[in-house]
Amino acid sequence: METFDFLMQGFGVAMLPKNLLIALIGAFIGTVVGMLPGLGPINGVAILLPFAFALGLPPESALILLAAVYLGCEYGGRISAILLNVPGSAAAVMTSLDGNPLAVQGKAGIALSISAVASFIGSTIATIGVVLFAPLLAKWAVSFGPAEYFVLMVFAICCLSGLVGDQPIKTAVSALIGLGLATVGVDAVTGIYRYTFDSVNLSDGIQFTTIVIGFFSVSEILILLERTSTGGKIIAQGKRSLFNLKEFLFSVGAMVRSGVMGFFVGILPGAGATIASAMTYASERKIAGDNGKFGEGDLRGLASPEAANNASACGSFVPMLTLGVPGSGTTAVMMGALTLYNITPGPQLFTEQPDIVWGLIASLFICNVILLVMNIPLVGVFSKLLNVPNYILIPSIAAISFVGVYSINSTTFDMVFMVALGIFGYFLRKLHFPLSALILGYVLGELMESNLRRALSISQGEMSILWSSPITVSLWGLVVVMIFMPIIRKMYRKRFKKTAA
Amino acid sequence: MTMERAFSGLMGLFSLFLVYLAIGYVAPIAYDPIGPRPYPILIFSLTALLTLIIAFRPARFTKVIDLGYNNVVLRNLVLCVSALLIYSLIFEPLGFVVATTLMCFALGLLFAGNPIKSLIFSVVISIALYVLFDIALDVILPLGILSGIMG
Repeated sequence: METFDFLMQGFGVAMLPKNLLIALIGAFIGTVVGMLPGLGPINGVAILLPFAFALGLPPESALILLAAVYLGCEYGGRISAILLNVPGSAAAVMTSLDGNPLAVQGKAGIALSISAVASFIGSTIATIGVVLFAPLLAKWAVSFGPAEYFVLMVFAICCLSGLVGDQPIKTAVSALIGLGLATVGVDAVTGIYRYTFDSVNLSDGIQFTTIVIGFFSVSEILILLERTSTGGKIIAQGKRSLFNLKEFLFSVGAMVRSGVMGFFVGILPGAGATIASAMTYASERKIAGDNGKFGEGDLRGLASPEAANNASACGSFVPMLTLGVPGSGTTAVMMGALTLYNITPGPQLFTEQPDIVWGLIASLFICNVILLVMNIPLVGVFSKLLNVPNYILIPSIAAISFVGVYSINSTTFDMVFMVALGIFGYFLRKLHFPLSALILGYVLGELMESNLRRALSISQGEMSILWSSPITVSLWGLVVVMIFMPIIRKMYRKRFKKTAA
Repeated sequence: MTMERAFSGLMGLFSLFLVYLAIGYVAPIAYDPIGPRPYPILIFSLTALLTLIIAFRPARFTKVIDLGYNNVVLRNLVLCVSALLIYSLIFEPLGFVVATTLMCFALGLLFAGNPIKSLIFSVVISIALYVLFDIALDVILPLGILSGIMG
C-alpha cells in the first residue's frame, strides 16, 4: 500500500498545471520528432535538454518533459512507417512491415488508430510493471556497495555488446570510447588533469550536451545529407479512420503479450525498443502460424511491435531509476540530464527524492493518455508535417543544436568541438559502431571509475573485493553469459533458419 | 584496404598514444590505493586491442559495408562540414542572427532548396530563434555586428 501512496503523491506532482502543460508540449514535440525519418528519441531528448535548462525547469519537470518526448517518439515512429514505408525511428522498422501494406490496401486510418491503441496498451502495461517492480528492485539495490556497482556496470556494458548491433566487438569499442571520453578533465580524487591538453575548456571534462548533440544531431545532419532523394509518397488515410470492435478483439491478445514481453526486454540494460519489437514480431508470427498474413498487412503484425517498443521504452526506466544504470540510449541521456542537476540516480532516489521518481512514473501514465488522445484525431495534422521540406527542417535543427551547446558555457570552443565530435560520430555510424553504446559508456564512465576506486579504497587495494560477495559473483556469471551471447544467438538463428526451411 | 580497417587502425594508434599519456598521470600524494593512472590505462588498452583486432582481422570476419559515396555526396559532405565549422567560428564575431542566416542559407542550398525560398526562410528562422531564445527563454546570444543597430 506504501507504493500506492507514493504513486498518488507522484500524481500530485504530475498533475500540477505546469507539469501537465510540459507533458503536453513534450508529447507533441516527441511525436513530431519520432515521425520524421532519421530523427529518433535520442535526438529529440538531446535537442530538448538545453531547453529544459534554459527554461530553468526544476528536475522533476525537466524529466517529465524528456520522458514525454521519449514516449512521443515511440508513438510518432509508426506514422511515417505506415504512411511512407520509412520508419521514423529504428524501433518502427517492424511496424512498417505490416503497417505499410495495410495503408496500400486503403486501410491507413485503421492501421494508424489500432497502432496508437497498441502503443497505449503496451506502455500502460509497462508503466504498471514499473510501479510494481521498481520499488522492489530499489529496496534490494540499497545493499549494493561500490564493488557491486562496478560489476553491475561492467554487466550493463557487456549486455549491450551481447545484444546490440551486428558485431559485438564494435559495440564494445563504442562503449569503451564513451568510457574513455568520461575520463577527460580533472580527476575528482587527486586533482590531476587527464587528457585536457592544457586547455581550460576541457578541465571540467567534456560537457554532456556537447557530446550528445555532437554525436547525434551533427552526425545525423551529415547522414541525412547523403539521402538526398526521399521520393516517398504519403498515402491518404482511407475511408475509415477508426478500427472497429472486431479488429480490436482480433489484435488485443497480441498487444498484451507483446507489451509484457517488451517490458522485460526493456529492463535489460542495453536491450531497447528495437530488439523488443523484432522479438515480439517473430513470436507473434509463430503464434499465428498459417492463419496469419504477416508481412501482407496483418493487424497483429502491426500491433505487436508497436506495443513492444512502447513497453520497452517504459521498461528501460526501471534500471535507470533503481540502479542508476540506464536501460537504453535515451534513458542514458536522461540520466545524464539528472546528473547535470547534481542528482545521482540510484536506489536512494526512491527514498530521498520521491517527488522526482514518482512524479516521473505518474507522468508516464498521463503522457500515455495525452498521446493516445492526441494521436487518433490529430494524425492528419502530423502527417502534414511530414511534408516539411528538408531545406527548412535541417537548418532549423542545426541552429537549435548550436544554440543548445552555446547556452551552456558561451564559448566558441564548445561549438567547434561539437562539430568535431559530430564528424567522428558520423564515421563511427557509417562503419556500424553503435552510438547508443558510446553514450551509455560516457554516462556510466565516471560512476564506474569512482565505484572501482572506492571499492579498492575499502579493501585497501585488495582486488578480491570485486568478486567476494554473492551478488558480484552472480553478476560476473551473467557477464560471462553476455560475452558468449553473440555465439548463442548465432547458433539459435542457424537452428531457426533450418526449421523455417 | 577498407575504410573500416583504416579507421579502426587510426583509432587503435590514437588509443596507444592515450595509454602513453596516461602513464604520466601520477598523483603527488596517494589519496587512494590505485590513483588516477590505472583506469584510463585499462580503458584505452582495451580500446587499442579491440580496434587493432578490427583493423587486422581476417576478411571472413568482416562484413562489407557499402559506404555509398560518389563525388556529389563527398562534395556535399565536405561543404556541409565546412559550413558548420565556419558557423561555429563566426557565431560570436558576426552575432547569432547574421551567422545563422548564412548557415541556414548554405545548408538550405545543400539540401536542395530553392535559393529564394531558402533565403527568405533563413532570415525568418534566424530572427525567430533569436527572439525565442534571447528574449523569451533568457539564453543570451551574441548580437555581434548588429549590436550597434539593435542596441
